[in-house]
Amino acid sequence: MRTPCAAPPLDPERFRPDFPILGRMVHEGVPLVYLDNAATSQRPRQVIEAMTDAYERHYANVHRGIHTLSAEIDELYEGAREKVRAFINAPRDASNDDNPATTQEVIFTSGATHSINLVARSWGDANVRPGDEILVTEMEHHSNLVPWYQLAQRTGAVVRHIPLTDDGLLQLDSLDRLLTKRTRLVAVSAVSNVLGTINPVREIIRRAHDAGAVVLVDAAQSAPHQPTDVQAMDCDFLAFSGHKMLGPSGVGVLYGKRDLLEAMPPFMGGGGMISEVTLEGFRPLYLPGKFEAGTPPIVPAVALSAAIDYLGAVGLEAIAAHERLLTQRTHEVLESVGGLRIIGPAPEHKAGIVSFVFASGRPSGHDVAQFLDRYGIAVRTGHHCTMPLHKRFGVSATVRASFYLYNTLAEVDKLGEALAAAKRAPFSAFLSAARSE
Amino acid sequence: MAIDEFEAQERIQEYYEEPYHRGRCPHCTHTHEDNNPLCGDVIRLELQIDERGTLKEVYFNGDGCCISQAAASMLVEKFDGALVEDVKRFTAQDMLELFGLRLTPNRQKCCLLSWRVLQTAIYSPVQSNGSLPILPATKEAAR
Repeated sequence: MRTPCAAPPLDPERFRPDFPILGRMVHEGVPLVYLDNAATSQRPRQVIEAMTDAYERHYANVHRGIHTLSAEIDELYEGAREKVRAFINAPRDASNDDNPATTQEVIFTSGATHSINLVARSWGDANVRPGDEILVTEMEHHSNLVPWYQLAQRTGAVVRHIPLTDDGLLQLDSLDRLLTKRTRLVAVSAVSNVLGTINPVREIIRRAHDAGAVVLVDAAQSAPHQPTDVQAMDCDFLAFSGHKMLGPSGVGVLYGKRDLLEAMPPFMGGGGMISEVTLEGFRPLYLPGKFEAGTPPIVPAVALSAAIDYLGAVGLEAIAAHERLLTQRTHEVLESVGGLRIIGPAPEHKAGIVSFVFASGRPSGHDVAQFLDRYGIAVRTGHHCTMPLHKRFGVSATVRASFYLYNTLAEVDKLGEALAAAKRAPFSAFLSAARSE
Repeated sequence: MAIDEFEAQERIQEYYEEPYHRGRCPHCTHTHEDNNPLCGDVIRLELQIDERGTLKEVYFNGDGCCISQAAASMLVEKFDGALVEDVKRFTAQDMLELFGLRLTPNRQKCCLLSWRVLQTAIYSPVQSNGSLPILPATKEAAR
């Protein structure tokens, strides 16, 4: 019998040549160290070429015409939908001449934010009543908080938050208290964009379903870095963005269970989502077109398909394992620098995201990030669109290093060296980093 | 580095390390707080404005980079005892000149954060509960 074994280690050097931008210098001869992948990833040549090829050879509008280009772009666009379907293991339907989509459950949006707003507006307005409860967590990105606050404002519902432990894990025992018969929806991220925490979404989904609630998973930080299986997870909705997973900006995905999507009214009205319009009213199109009003992000979707091919060839298990290594090393390196406080749990609970501050408050996150830039190191500083989370941990800003398949252990070591230099640096070093020549 | 630049740096460091009026204003009548969404720098200003439009006392508090905090400290010192009319006449360019060091465009935002907060604070009398206006998350909270 074969024993299960870890995925073979991934060698990032094999992939780096595919990413033209990783070869560039910043500040006269300083190589770029790109550690801002949770904000947006870089793209390999294969994805850039897929965009160029679509524009140079196949571009037309989708689902609109009968000419050759129109047929070709339809095939590419629906091919991308099929690629996404397989990527998240959504059920496959038979396509037909009338509806070329191989799944009714994958909707192209402009990004995860659009996807979540679609659910909040369409499902939310139709299903949430005064006094109903929407359960989120204290670690959510603003894009998975504000749409629910807005829904609560419109409907008179109440938003509740699953609290966090001091380590940055969800306090799951609070679910007994927080999941009530008034809970209509639970919205939770699979991976925190600041803490890096990998949340036990399957358990949350099971318990939410037991309480009769619908669950939306914000997969913006998980889909690019680990395998996603919506059927095994049993989530009702899942949202993610193309630009964090080697794809272009401007395209995202909403997965929804068919029975829910069928019952939901259209979100935006316009061309493309219509079966019939009369002077009296309109009849919306079937899924997934019902939720794709206007000209969709055609070429970004086609390029996302190429990104999924690339991720598939590397292997998501291998990517996850590689990022665990990088996270582990980052924790070690930050510890050896000393004086740093990591906001978030131990590496075994984390994806490839490490946020930290100097425990004394000085230098501040902004000063650190500007200082690191002099070393070519790109990190994010600020609240990363999670102000409630930062308040919870008593900091106004953190520095965040976030990884992807092309990052190396040597880059993590460089981060450590630069942070050690920042720790020793005189005040003037931080000012001169901000000076304009 | 030119002598005057060196002096400007020393001066900024002094304001950063030994800030003028960092804390709470004991008889605060006007307040505002804002942050720089780019980096999370936060500045809160608390003013006591009398009936003649004099800023009798000005205090700041905040968190963030050396530029945002030092600039706030300089601004507070400059306008302690000044008139509201002086504040209104004080432009963003004046603020950058007060700081004294040429900054990259991104870091000019840090320098201008306290200036922006002051320009709003003079129009922002404290609420009865002392909190800042915020769009409520629920209808209940709005009442």
